[in-house]
Amino acid sequence: MTVPPGIRFAGQHHIDGRLLFDADIQLPGGQWTCLLGRSGVGKSTILRLILDLETGGQFTGDISATNGVGLAGRISYMAQSDLLLPWLSVLENVCIGARLRGEVPDAARAADLLVRVGLADHLASKPSTLSGGMRQRAALARTLFEDRPVVLLDEPFSALDAGTRADMQDLAAEALQGRTVLLVTHDPSEATRLAHQIIIMSAQGTARWPVPDTPAPRAIDDPQTLACQTRLLSHIRGVAA
Amino acid sequence: MRGRDILIAVLLGLALWQGAVMLTNAPHFILPSPWRIAQAAYRSRAIIAENAVVTTVEVLLGLVLGTLLGAATAIHLALSKTAERLMLPLLVFTQAVPVFALAPLLTLWFGYGMGSKIVMTVIIIYFPVASAFHDGLTRIDRGYHDLSVTMGAGKYHFMRHVRIPSALPSLGTGLRLSAVYAPIGAVIGEWVGASKGLGYLMLLANGRAKIDLMFASLIVLACLTVVLHIAVGRLADWMSNYAHGSGRS
Repeated sequence: MTVPPGIRFAGQHHIDGRLLFDADIQLPGGQWTCLLGRSGVGKSTILRLILDLETGGQFTGDISATNGVGLAGRISYMAQSDLLLPWLSVLENVCIGARLRGEVPDAARAADLLVRVGLADHLASKPSTLSGGMRQRAALARTLFEDRPVVLLDEPFSALDAGTRADMQDLAAEALQGRTVLLVTHDPSEATRLAHQIIIMSAQGTARWPVPDTPAPRAIDDPQTLACQTRLLSHIRGVAA
Repeated sequence: MRGRDILIAVLLGLALWQGAVMLTNAPHFILPSPWRIAQAAYRSRAIIAENAVVTTVEVLLGLVLGTLLGAATAIHLALSKTAERLMLPLLVFTQAVPVFALAPLLTLWFGYGMGSKIVMTVIIIYFPVASAFHDGLTRIDRGYHDLSVTMGAGKYHFMRHVRIPSALPSLGTGLRLSAVYAPIGAVIGEWVGASKGLGYLMLLANGRAKIDLMFASLIVLACLTVVLHIAVGRLADWMSNYAHGSGRS
């Protein structure tokens, strides 16, 4: 796989004339960037702007790939809600992108991806029969099926219990290795485990936070990770206060 | 509602009716007893059946055509903002015209046969179907829309694979309403001008003071409506289960 592009995001976003944020972020190609900040600060808006989705405000600035090629059709997206279509089987859900583009889906590849995320026994199941963790695995397989170099994740694991969340973090880190990933999260522990780069977003703007020297994904009980997580949480609480 | 409850309710209603006739001593040409109506229904079973078939065909054809037309309109409006802006107020305005008042005009245009009754039925159910389905098509989860945009979905493929299936419960709601309205459309059409159908038979019986036959026709019409309501209800339930990924599909 060729090195995926990085993304430069710099600009201001206004809603009804009021400044929501003034951000300057660089997403390094092929690495995980975690974007942290309290609710309402505009994290998801940044993600929507990169995806060229409606935000209800006005953005002035620059969003571009570092290799100069346009971003259209090169980004896949995974949200907090799994967004599986209830009337389709898990396998059909993984292939939905191809159907929506009017292409013939590669069902064999979709099945392989489902095996890879541990859903080999649930190819024909309806999403309503799966647990929350399994549904997010299916959503991850759907994201992987798109095979895009850039992946944007909007709190995809926040609704899961702690154990399932840790499993999903490991799985996502392994499956999305080598891609440019932006993960929006509230969770300092998640950011510290997964990030090559952590950006903290507040009303004052965006700032980088130093990550541990150990390679990501980091073990939950890694002392450096735990120390970083503690400092990060204290900082966020200070920022929020 | 279980079958036993329905049976008890029907028997209770018939008993009350029979009791009211006996207590008030009402003449049979004003309020015939259930027993007298049953006798009339049996005597005239051939003519009732013949006319019931005509009304049933009118209702079913009207229901199918009205649903197809209403659903097609809803999809068109949901696909085109311009069409939605121009046509939706027009659609609402047309509902201000009492549909029943159009019956004489439809008879003039489409004749005394089935055509005018089918058109009347189509007109009556068109709006509930179009309105309910359009509502479902436009109230789609924003997350599905966002995901489809990032996947590079074409608007027709998005309509086919996401919007239509997710709006099936709303279409089902429109169909439930239609199942109640459709027989009304057909019968009113028959009242205004027809040579066959249960509405025609009711008018004929009324003119000849055969009130028991009129009641028998009315009861057959009510049964037809109930059967239609149950059948369409089952279809609507299936659509809802399909959209929610539950039950058999």
